[in-house]
Order: sequence, then structure tokens, then C-alpha cells
Amino acid sequence: MTAFVVRRLLLLPLVAFGVTLLIFGLLQMLSPQMRAALYVTDPRQLRAVDSIIRTHGLDKPFHTQYVGWLGRVVRGDLGWSETAKMPVARAIGTFFPATLELTIFAVVPILVVGIWLGTLSAVHRDRVVDHFSRFFAISGTSMPTFVWGLLLLMVFYGAWQLFPPGRLSLEPNMYVLSQQFRPYTRLMTVDALLNGQLWIFVDALRHLALPVLTLSLVSCATLVRVTRSSMLETLRQDYVRTARAKGLNDGVVVNKHARKNAMIPVVTMSALLFVGLLNGVAITETVFGYPGIGLWGVNAAIQLDAAAVAGFALFNALLLVVGNLAADILYALIDPRIRLR
Amino acid sequence: MTTQGAIHQAASGQPARASTLSSWQMAWRRLRRNPLSMMGLVIIVAFVLIALLAPVIAPPKAGARDPYMMPHEGYSPDPRPPRPGHPLGTTEQAFDIFYGLVWGARTAFRVGLAVVATAVTIGIVLGGISGYYGGRLDEILMRIVDVFLAFPGLILAVVVVAILGPGLEKVMFALALVSWPGYARLLRGEVLSVRERDFIEAARALGASDLKVIARHVLPNSIYPVLVVSTLDMGSIVVAAAALSFLGLGAPVGYSDWGQIISLSRGWILGGAGNALQFWYTVVFPGAALFLFTLGWNLLGDAFRDILDPRLRGAT
Repeated sequence: MTAFVVRRLLLLPLVAFGVTLLIFGLLQMLSPQMRAALYVTDPRQLRAVDSIIRTHGLDKPFHTQYVGWLGRVVRGDLGWSETAKMPVARAIGTFFPATLELTIFAVVPILVVGIWLGTLSAVHRDRVVDHFSRFFAISGTSMPTFVWGLLLLMVFYGAWQLFPPGRLSLEPNMYVLSQQFRPYTRLMTVDALLNGQLWIFVDALRHLALPVLTLSLVSCATLVRVTRSSMLETLRQDYVRTARAKGLNDGVVVNKHARKNAMIPVVTMSALLFVGLLNGVAITETVFGYPGIGLWGVNAAIQLDAAAVAGFALFNALLLVVGNLAADILYALIDPRIRLR
Repeated sequence: MTTQGAIHQAASGQPARASTLSSWQMAWRRLRRNPLSMMGLVIIVAFVLIALLAPVIAPPKAGARDPYMMPHEGYSPDPRPPRPGHPLGTTEQAFDIFYGLVWGARTAFRVGLAVVATAVTIGIVLGGISGYYGGRLDEILMRIVDVFLAFPGLILAVVVVAILGPGLEKVMFALALVSWPGYARLLRGEVLSVRERDFIEAARALGASDLKVIARHVLPNSIYPVLVVSTLDMGSIVVAAAALSFLGLGAPVGYSDWGQIISLSRGWILGGAGNALQFWYTVVFPGAALFLFTLGWNLLGDAFRDILDPRLRGAT
């Protein structure tokens, strides 16, 4: 196990290197003028575009440019994002907490409903309950995120004015931006509570409701499926039969004996799901105008904001690689059979 | 020669063929028993018929240059509800939704089949080589796969399309580019386990060439997971393409593409004064088409997964 983790850690820089190469290669298809933003920290510098092109050799061969750019990235200098009107590194710091908050709120219903439906399905395999729960889960995944989003907006915002898009309403937002409000964590709900402002907390929750609902409906199915097949496998084990033979009632066997072991792949899956959500909220954020990192990334890509695209893609790739590694390690930690192998 | 041929047949042809046959029979039997799987099959068959019969169901106007462009009467800026002649209503700029949905089925199959076929082919070739030969080649190929898989797929696709410029062909290219690594890794894993089996060694001992061993013996025994994933992908690729169209990166305005039609509704979801749900038909109908298409493939893929998952096989 240790050898496996060490190998993965050693490969990490190699993959990161490949990722930078791929991004930089893609960006080479843009004109040197558009790429100049990668090398500035202030939009005023862009007035001297020609001198930037000369200084950083943007018309030189690929490898010369790449080495120069990589050096800056390693120092944390990611350039200027025209879409966000701020340096890329700061934009990531600004938008990521919003996405993190949305993801944390979405994971809870996904876990609860997913595990519950998955267990139910496995226990009643090929019966009506099973068909129903699988149908529910599969229809959730089959509904494209943006269609869910538009329909929910139409009903809950358009018709009932209940859950507005965005992250905060105008008034709470003014207050948050004022000196009275101290951003401790940049997670709006947490900060609101820490500042003792219940009305801001409620407003933030109202804005989170629809994106959270959308994400849960779409992502629940994976967990239902994994829980179901893992439970099915566990329920066929000898020790479960022994428990039944002892005369324990079904609820105890399923909830105490079987589910604990069946949860092992589910825990790993949940970690992967969390990482997947962090990376996959772009469309949801776009539909609801929720100012997270995904909305910024999509806008940046559409407007060919070169520095933002590079920074956004690098950050997401890093998140995914580290997250997947963490999921693998978690898997070994909770399952002694793997740890001791 | 005859003896050797017979041995060759017995040593190698048999395992592959026998397992294929029984799997297919078992697959059909289990597919028929599960109502959800049958529902998936029915939905997909219906969409195939709609796509094939598009010129009959929604005949293009005489003299229309491109049947995929939705016809529109005038340029009315507001969507208008279903009425005679326009059974599902019209979008902004008066595009006929019914026409767009019918011809959009063709677009969906074209996008799905082209992307999945390209990605599966690349995945099979690279994954097969990687798994069968192993060693340094495997190491290099898998690191390249790692790099591609390190990106969230849709984001990479958005970046590629943004750089190449909008258009359906570019969307297809971008989606194929982000889809192949998954197949390559999946197949490699399967090939790794199959190549150690006795019948592979037997085939090799009889002097079969590498290409023959891979094509006749390794691939037929390792392809099932790829089949399952490609079935599921038929739906998710079409949704991804629709999402790109929704972001304004895909098909041009007026093209029969479900995502594009939905993007036309974006400005109307909050309805008009006094009636918030006034323009429901602009989202609900194209959304339903996209949903049913994906649902069909997901139900089928789920059925295949259940049938082919070795851990669950024979459980009932």
C-alpha cells in the first residue's frame, strides 16, 4: 500500500507537467496578442502589447515560450484575467469558496438519499421498490443539468418568487461588501452565522436551494448504483447468512451487519463524487448565475481569456488529481484488508 | 494441417466463441425480464424510427437549402404557443419546435455515434496495445491518458471549442478528444487480465501473430465493459453536446439541435407579466426530447452493466 501511494505521489509531478504542456499547447493556437495577458498583473500593462510579446518571446519557438511561462506558473504568477478584472490567482481565491460551499451543501442530500435508495433497492432486488428507485435515480441522471435548472427557475423563481438565482440578494450583498461584515471563511452561510447575521444566512440558503436541488437530482444515481451493487454483493456473504440463521431480524442484519461492510466502496465513491462535483458545477453555476469558479471558467473560455483559461484548467486538474489520490488513500485507510495486503 | 487446424480451433476459438454466445443469449433473456430495460430499448427504437423517417414526419419546405435548418415564418421576437401548423409552438424568431425536435433526433444520433465511434476506436487501439505489450510503451501511453483524465471533461471540451471556434463539427471533435482516454484505460485493464489466460498462451504457442491473437482472442474477451460504457456515453455525449450548444458554442441558431433550441428559450423562462409559465413549451418539449433520449441509453446501459457484471452474474 505504501509503495502504491509513493508511486502515485512520484507520478504527480509528471502528470502536472503533462497538464501544463497540454494547456500551453492548446493556447498556442491563439494569437500572441491574446496570450500577452498571461504575462501581466495589471491591465494597464497591456497597452504595451508589442513590448510584452518581445520581452517574453511570444513569437519564438514553442519550447522557449513554454519554459518561460512554466517558470512564472511555478512562482504562482498566473497572469491577468480580463473576465474577472483581477489577477488569475486572486480570481481563483475569490470564486473557489463559493463553489466549495455549493458542493458541501449538495453532497449531504446526495449521500443521504443515495445510500438510502441504494440499500432499499438491494434488499428488494427486482421488486417494485427496486424498479422504482432505479428509475428515479436514472431519470435524475438522464435529465440534463441545464434543463433541470431552467425548469426549476421557471417554477420556483418565475412563478413563485421563492428561490432567486445568484448568491445573495441586493441588500444582503451591500451589507456583506461593507466594513461591518468580516469574511472569515468566505463561505457565505458560515460567515453570516459568525457575524451573527441570521437574515444573511437565510438569504444565502435561499440562493443555494435550487443549485443544490439540481446537483442532487443529477448526481444521486451514481451513489444509488454503487450502494445497490455493493449491498447485493455483501448480502450474499456467509456471515450475513449466519446472522440471519441466528434469528436476527431483517432490519438488524441489513443495517448493522451488511451495510457497514457494503459502505467501503461507497465511501470512496463519495470522495470521488465530491471532487467530481467541485469540477462539474460549471453548467449549474452558469444556469443559476451563481458566482463560483465554474461560471468564471465558462465565461473565460467563451471570451478566450487566455490567462484565466490556463489558470482555471490548471487549478481544476490539480484538484482532480489530488482528490483522486486522497480517495485511494481513504479506501486503504477504511478497509484493513487492503491496508494489510 | 487439418489436425493442427482443429487443435487451433479447440485451443483458442472455443473459449471466446462459447462465452460470447452464452452471454448474448443470457443478455437477451435478462433484458426481456426487466421492464425498465425493455423500456429503454423501446425508447431508443422509437428515436431511431423518428430519425430515419424525419423527412416524412416533418417534411422540409420545398426549396429549403438545408433540411437541418428549422423553417421559420417571419421573425416574431416572442415565442408563440402550440397552434395548428405548429403542434409544439414556435421559439423566438418563430422557429418551429416540432420540426426542430424531429430533425434534432438525427443530429443527436449523428453526434453520439460519431463521437462514441471515434473515441472507442482510439481507445481500443491504444488501450489494446498498452495492455497487451505492457512495458515502457504502456507506461508512456498511460501517462498520456492520465494527463487527459486530469481535466474535467466538459471544461476541456469548452476550452477546445472556444479556441477552435463554435460549430457542431468542432463540438464533436472536442468531445471525442476528451472521451477516448476513459476507453483506453478501461480496455487496458481488461486486456491485462485476459492476456494471462491459458487460451491466449495456447494461441500464441500455435504460432498466431500478435495481431491475430489480439483481434481474435484478446479483444472479444475484454470488450464488454467498453460496450457498457459506450452505451451510457451515447446519452451523456449528446447531453454534453447540447450543453455546449446551450453555452452558445455548438450548433448555429436555427439548426435542428435540441440544445440549441433550449438555448433559444433561455430569455423566456421567467415568462411575461402576470403569467410566469407563459412560455413553458420552449423548455419543456426540447428538454423532454433530450431527457428521453438519454434515459433510453441509460436504461439500456444499466441493463448491460447488470447483465455483464461478473460479480452479479448468476446471482438469480
